[in-house]
Amino acid sequence: MTVSLSGKEVARKIEEQFPGSVAESSQDTLVVRADFLLDVARFLRDTEGLELDFLNFVTAVDYYDHFEVVYLLSSMKHNHSLTVKVRRYGRENPVLPSVVGLWQGADFQEREIFDLFGIRFEGHPDMKRIFLWDGFQGYPLRKDFV
Amino acid sequence: MAVKTEPFVLNMGPVHPSTHGVFRMRATLDGEVVVDIEPVFGYLHRGIEKLAEQRTYTGVIPLTDRLDYISSMSNNLAYCLAVEKLAGIKVPERAEYIRVIMAELQRIAALLIAVGAFLNDCGAYFTPFLYMFRERERIVDLFEMASGQRLTYNYMRAGGVSQDLPEEFMPALRKFMDMMPRYMDEYDRLLMQNEILIARAKGVGILTAEQAINCSASGPVLRASGVKWDVRKADPYSIYDHFDFDVPIQQTGDCYDRYRQRVEEMRQSLRIIQQAMEQLPSGPVKAEVPHLIRPPAGEAYARLEAPKGELGFYLVSDNAIAPYRCHIRPPSLINLTALRDMVRGWKVADLIIIFGSIDITVGEIDR
Amino acid sequence: MATGELGIYNLVKFQAIPPDWPGGFWWHWLFFTVVVIGFVLTMVMGVIYIERRGMGRMQSRLGPNRTGPFGLLQPVADAIKVLLKENIVPVAADKIVHWLAPVVAFAPALMIFAVIPFANGALLADLNIGILYVVAISSVSTVGIFMAGWGSSNKYSLLGAMRNVAAVVSYEIPLVLAVVGVVLIAGSLSLNQIVVAQEIPFILLQPLGFLLFFIAGCAEINRSPFDLMEADSEIVAGFHTEYSGMKFAMFYLVEYAEAVAISAIITTLFLGGWQGPLLPPWLWFVVKLLLVFFAMVWTRTTLPRIRIDQLMAFAWKFLLPMSLLNLFITALQVLAGWPTQLIWAMIIVNFAVMALMILIWSRFFFRLGWGKIEI
Repeated sequence: MTVSLSGKEVARKIEEQFPGSVAESSQDTLVVRADFLLDVARFLRDTEGLELDFLNFVTAVDYYDHFEVVYLLSSMKHNHSLTVKVRRYGRENPVLPSVVGLWQGADFQEREIFDLFGIRFEGHPDMKRIFLWDGFQGYPLRKDFV
Repeated sequence: MAVKTEPFVLNMGPVHPSTHGVFRMRATLDGEVVVDIEPVFGYLHRGIEKLAEQRTYTGVIPLTDRLDYISSMSNNLAYCLAVEKLAGIKVPERAEYIRVIMAELQRIAALLIAVGAFLNDCGAYFTPFLYMFRERERIVDLFEMASGQRLTYNYMRAGGVSQDLPEEFMPALRKFMDMMPRYMDEYDRLLMQNEILIARAKGVGILTAEQAINCSASGPVLRASGVKWDVRKADPYSIYDHFDFDVPIQQTGDCYDRYRQRVEEMRQSLRIIQQAMEQLPSGPVKAEVPHLIRPPAGEAYARLEAPKGELGFYLVSDNAIAPYRCHIRPPSLINLTALRDMVRGWKVADLIIIFGSIDITVGEIDR
Repeated sequence: MATGELGIYNLVKFQAIPPDWPGGFWWHWLFFTVVVIGFVLTMVMGVIYIERRGMGRMQSRLGPNRTGPFGLLQPVADAIKVLLKENIVPVAADKIVHWLAPVVAFAPALMIFAVIPFANGALLADLNIGILYVVAISSVSTVGIFMAGWGSSNKYSLLGAMRNVAAVVSYEIPLVLAVVGVVLIAGSLSLNQIVVAQEIPFILLQPLGFLLFFIAGCAEINRSPFDLMEADSEIVAGFHTEYSGMKFAMFYLVEYAEAVAISAIITTLFLGGWQGPLLPPWLWFVVKLLLVFFAMVWTRTTLPRIRIDQLMAFAWKFLLPMSLLNLFITALQVLAGWPTQLIWAMIIVNFAVMALMILIWSRFFFRLGWGKIEI
């Protein structure tokens, strides 16, 4: 069975390395601040005992006042998983760092989030729309898109 | 002194005999050698994720059929698993066994198409493709007996399956299981040792294990690269822990290994179906769930081992009758992340073969 | 018996009237022209039917069986359909080249039949350089195909056409060398003489030559497993992507007419042409031709396609050395007088040599794979 790592445990480990990076943590989830995302992600991928080298998916949810980008990470070796979230308040031009450098699997998925939600990812090699055509106005999966 | 050449862009457009659907690739070629490719998606984008927010939880099931339309049972099952996890619904035993039988039959049917299409891309002019279709016809007939449909079944429900198996299903399934092993051996003999196929596919488009894990590849693509990771064993869902089956892996991760991997997985599916058939209990096939399911607020991610890879549904609910957010983790799209690195340096003919061996369905990529 | 000698072509002597032909030179010419054209067109229709029905049955499906009894009128239906279609020419195409290409590709296929004997002495022109003429003419089709690829101004077509030129150039040499073995034994280049000289069919005396000619012939006419020139699943339709209507029909005809031509040449060179008991000679010829064609359909349905660099490697590294060795051994045998004296020894030795050479060469010297090019 894939063990779902406890958010609180991992939060403690992360706080030791990068103080102030964890915004919220509970049994199931872990919310990280956007500026610390890349460091925390590298830490999660490379530390002994965590080694979360497989990115299951990246997606975004629109909660009216903030966007939440969800990452599900797994480890092939230890067979455990962890859900990491990043929140972005405000709907104008949201920007987040991209994790393509760490997990190449995020490539098309981050483009999809940009296409359907409008969240830009800095550091992505090819940030442009993926499903809709280039001149499309608006971001369909937002709650205020009819 | 080298001859000065100039690369040109060849557009393998959305309408092409071998791009497995409306998929477009812009390949930069230097003569016959591929320098770079750029996949262009979106020709089948229907906005399923947005549509799901406006349908009831049960009303999303027909939408999920149309994702990977050649393996609809798996899509239905993945979504139902997510809803059950979210709402805390317990599935009766007979329903679990029926689900497993359907899912494994669907796996065989989808892998048959994958193998047939791959051999077709290699140039064996439809012959293996049509042989595979002969068996797929029998499976599809079984599905038609159970659900009334041949392609988009809409069979699973949150809490079980929509209706019980008719009486003629089990005898027909037994007959199918009796004759299938002979055909599996025939597929092995057909082209596995053919020298032309080995020359075309061995060593071509190698995906190493580290690359595969980094690119989040899953399913037969990952296992052919040597990583022993199968969601049915690593994170068992439904009642897969009751069955005894192996997870085959291959060593190199070239096209030939992916082809071999799919044939081996078909064999394991037959084993599972045999065991499920023998252990099938009687009882209700659907839990008592209200017509309009209203799960408590929260989120859930359920995944299963679809024929193409790890198919997952991430559902967020806010205690309404429609999902707040339904995200589909598409195995085909994510497996394609590795395509660019696999293809550089090979020729146009190899590009088609490598692309065929990853085995995509555009309905799942574009959603 | 008058022989005609035309000026600068006095090197090419042809028999103007066969021994028992009434009417004279021009009647002979007219009759055989009609026979050749009629034969080619009818055989192409029959051959298309055999291919579609045969492939269908081998793929465990029925094949066309609606038009006419057993689907026999299917090629007729195809021809009518294709004639009625709109003739689309791409705007950026080179009009003259685009228009001429099917003609240039089709004419040589017909011209090959001028020297193939249907019965003893029954051929349009009994050239004493028969087989050399055939080899020369069959290369001209390639020019037509390249014109088609170039004139379409389409990258797919150009790719297909260039592949075709590369393949034809590579396979020309083993083809010709396989023929030379037969010529040595028969002692003449004229096809009629070659058939007359076959007391036992040359396939027994030249098994390796037969195989080489069959393979190289399949490659010359773009048939599977060498059909990457029009590979459906890669470059849409290769050089004839941009053709529709009657011009497409011409290319379709070219493909099958060349297949019939190669089968006819194989029958003439290796299987004893029109010889055989009981049935009239031309019927034997047709039966043997259809058998060879059926073998081609069989390989098409069964084998996957090989890649362009593997194709050329196969021609230069496998077929060429084999054909040279074959020629060498045949020449030694002819010098020693085996074809007339020790015929059974020759058969056994040649079969053994073929089996041995194929085994040794494919195991030790030649591998079909290729590698990745570093970008």
